[in-house]
Amino acid sequence: MKQIKSVNDFVIKFANVNGTGSASANNMFAKALFRMGLPVSPKNIFPSNIQGLPTWYEVRVSEKGYLGRRGGIDIALSVNPQSMAQDIQEVEPGGYFIYDNTKPLDLRLIRDDVNIIGIPLTRICNEEYKDPRQRQLFKNVIYVGALAALLDMDFKVLTDLVADQFKGKEKLILPNIHALELGHQWASSNIECPIGIQVRQADAVGDKILLDGNTALGLGAIYGGATVAAWYPITPSTSVVDAFEKYARRVRIDPGTGRKNYAIVQAEDELSAIGMVIGASWNGARAFTATSGPGISLMSEFLGLAYFAEIPTVLFDVQRAGPSTGMPTRTQQSDILSTAYASHGDTKQVLLFPSTPKECFDFGALSFDLAERLQTPIILMTDLDLGMNDNMSEPLAWDEGRRYDRGKVMTAEQLEAGVEFGRYLDVDGDAITYRTYPGTHPERGSFFTRGTSRDEQAVYTEKGEEYEKNMLRLMRKWDTIKQYVPEPEVISAKQKTDDAVLYFGTSEEASREALDELAGRDGVHMDAMRVRAFPFNDDVKQFIEDHQQVFVIEQNRDAQLRTLLMAEFEFGPDKLKSVLCFDGTPISARNIRKQIKQYLEEGAPKPLHLTKITSSAGESA
Amino acid sequence: MSYQIPKFRHPQLPVNALGYTKADYEGSISTLCAGCGHDSISGSIVRACHELSIEPHKIAKLSGIGCSSKAPTYFLGKSHGFNSVHGRMPSVVTGAAMANRDLIYLGVSGDGDTASIGMGQFAHVARRNLNMVYIVMNNGCYGLTKGQDSATADEGSVSKKGDANMYSAIDLCATALQMGATFVARSFSGDKEQLVPLIKAAISHRGFALIDVVSPCVTFNNNPGSTKSYEFVREHAEATGTVDFVPMQKEITTAYEPGSSHEVTLHDGSSIHLYKMDEDLDPFDRTSALINMEKHRTAGDILTGLIYLNKDSRDLHDVMETTRRPLNTLTEDDLCPGNQMLKNINDSLR
Ligand SMILES: Cc1ncc(C[n+]2csc(CCOP(=O)(O)OP(=O)(O)O)c2C)c(N)n1
Ligand code: SF4
Ligand SMILES: [Mg+2]
Repeated sequence: MKQIKSVNDFVIKFANVNGTGSASANNMFAKALFRMGLPVSPKNIFPSNIQGLPTWYEVRVSEKGYLGRRGGIDIALSVNPQSMAQDIQEVEPGGYFIYDNTKPLDLRLIRDDVNIIGIPLTRICNEEYKDPRQRQLFKNVIYVGALAALLDMDFKVLTDLVADQFKGKEKLILPNIHALELGHQWASSNIECPIGIQVRQADAVGDKILLDGNTALGLGAIYGGATVAAWYPITPSTSVVDAFEKYARRVRIDPGTGRKNYAIVQAEDELSAIGMVIGASWNGARAFTATSGPGISLMSEFLGLAYFAEIPTVLFDVQRAGPSTGMPTRTQQSDILSTAYASHGDTKQVLLFPSTPKECFDFGALSFDLAERLQTPIILMTDLDLGMNDNMSEPLAWDEGRRYDRGKVMTAEQLEAGVEFGRYLDVDGDAITYRTYPGTHPERGSFFTRGTSRDEQAVYTEKGEEYEKNMLRLMRKWDTIKQYVPEPEVISAKQKTDDAVLYFGTSEEASREALDELAGRDGVHMDAMRVRAFPFNDDVKQFIEDHQQVFVIEQNRDAQLRTLLMAEFEFGPDKLKSVLCFDGTPISARNIRKQIKQYLEEGAPKPLHLTKITSSAGESA
Repeated sequence: MSYQIPKFRHPQLPVNALGYTKADYEGSISTLCAGCGHDSISGSIVRACHELSIEPHKIAKLSGIGCSSKAPTYFLGKSHGFNSVHGRMPSVVTGAAMANRDLIYLGVSGDGDTASIGMGQFAHVARRNLNMVYIVMNNGCYGLTKGQDSATADEGSVSKKGDANMYSAIDLCATALQMGATFVARSFSGDKEQLVPLIKAAISHRGFALIDVVSPCVTFNNNPGSTKSYEFVREHAEATGTVDFVPMQKEITTAYEPGSSHEVTLHDGSSIHLYKMDEDLDPFDRTSALINMEKHRTAGDILTGLIYLNKDSRDLHDVMETTRRPLNTLTEDDLCPGNQMLKNINDSLR
């Protein structure tokens, strides 16, 4: 039978039962490969459930450094009878299906083009352990040990990792190493090891780190000087505030008094959370909230107020599949339109699109500078894939000399000296006006903040001209904003081409791989642009104009970024084509390549809703 | 359109300890209907702040949406103000108070703004015991949207349109008490002698202080049959007793009959004297306060005055153990841990 053969390049998927402690064993596996110098990108695919339902953990291993999903599974390791039928179906021909054969495999499941490997995990555990909890936990560690033998992994990397992981809980080190050995020994003596897929020590990770985007964001808020966090729990954003709190407890305790240099309020809902952020920012503190799609909907009224009254507001949106509760534990990039134009009336909101944990950290900290400089909401758009999965990333760094940009705030001294103050008076010509913090000066500089129209002195008025004047200034401010937000990144094709792709956020890695494949295997060369913020600056416009057709790659059904590009630049639909994935899993390189090829070979595809569903999960080349 | 009140300073006008006259605490000329209860409450706020000699810029006034929520424009012109969104003033105040614990936060709301759209935020700001004064200008209707019944309208009360309200009324004092408010009072816009000391005491209290002020809407709900009309309230208000507020700096000059008064020292060192109290009411006991309110409600009258005070109140900052320095004054040096920590974090992630 055919056996997939490869070194340092494969996809493995673990199938587990939610709540059985598999996550830490699976992590250990990915981390061990990372320590062997191999780029890995592990992805948790989990249900909205605390215990009992199937959960998967897919690890892409690529010495070349592709970190997106490739599509297709080379090795499935299934310890969940519930999902075995599906798991074995997903394996590529010639791939490997490893399962717990304590109970025999249902004969109907057997595929003759897949290499089936049985390991009696439950039996080994039952013989070794008496405590049912230990039986469950160590079963996971045992299969990691077995994998080490099957893939010819460096066993010492695993044992070192265990020692590091349980630093401070030394009692746990030996039992874990023992379980690893049990698996390793059983596999070595019962199966022909190694199999066709193998790993070798490599040198492809440099000084990179393995970190989830939400932790990076929480750290960004710490370094960016946030002192107030208000939030309402929602997957997949919860761990942003968890991380903020974890580090705040470490570094934000006043050494003299033991009191906290931060305040975290768990609000009663998202309306309240954003209200608190607006109140705190209005009063001169750096504040943020984190949420996901449903929270964005609830925050919309307040976002209009913050836009119109020009109050700095920092909001982290960790996107998930909507609408409504949609698929709460699956990823999407589907809040683009609801945030870009969030709220009633004429509003435009600033969006930032990080692609890596490093960018989550950098843009997270930057959000506070931007919010105060530009006096408007800054919405950082990440997603479940970036936020909750460990992503390989450049290390985090902070420039020691960096000072916060607190924006235009008039001080008591300036007011005392008689500097003219009008809250909405554009004195510098950049459409950004001065504000004062409450309590600044006994006689001067107070003003009334309201969502109702007012003149330059913040005095209530319903005069049409005054309202228009203010709204037009906000449009000029929008132009100013373009100079401050992160500029797009361009990657030129090796050959001159009229075709291009445009993507943002977590579509980056899979797109990069798809482009390499298209160039290398199909002879199709394309320039690429990664957009990092909205408003788009003129480079984005120029890039699109310079190409005949631009494929906009995004993870939603309605081509939301494309809509935004058409609305902002008035490009016609002919110019911008869509590559979409919205099944809740991260977009894969094969899926992107397939959609683009189809376009190029067959012309415009049928409207999306008239095509056959091809979930990207099982995509093969 | 609103106008700044012309500031002629009459040489004989009384000045407070800071040298300010009452006019220094006023705002723009009101655009509310002539005779609206809300304007009288604004007047009481001006008087209380003037008499307390509060530096005007040390107060922040915040509100939701409604005629009542417009009122902050008409007092404390030297203070920062924030007219936020409908029913959400409590969250904005919470954020503001987190940012700077040194200011006084005065929230103004209506019965629609508080008891309907804002009920959730009202309940939660009370339970967090945020250090603020929360004044509800309660007219039993939605003034600004032309007189619909609100959730505080009494069952059977008839508004100008002529229909009796069919639903049970929410008692904001009882709600606040159950939610954990540490200062609960009710008053009437037309009774400045009662309201002014209550506002002063509420400002001095550390924690969440609710004053539910019945404030008739002359345009939509001041007719016979309404239980929020001037006439009805005058006839049915029953005071818990009289509250005298004695600021920290002042010595007590009034002589109280022994046994008839109760002195309470507030957090900032000032004190209040409660006297001629309803014998049944113990305003330091939550159960007694609740029972009393319920008794008066059943009897069809309106219990006014200080209903409940928790003398040992710990506000949100106390509970959260935030630093005593206002968070908005912290700088990079206090907040940013520097690059070495990131290096350590990076090392732990390899
Ligand atoms: C979200 C939202 N819904 C509805 C309104 C319309 N609205 C404005 S004021 C108001 C009622 C205000 O009633 P209340 O708080 O009792 O104030 P009053 O005018 O009686 O003083 C309503 C429903 C609004 N501004 N915002
Ligand atoms: S409508 Fe009623 S509440 Fe509004 S200003 Fe007039 S009297 Fe006051
Ligand atoms: Mg009302």
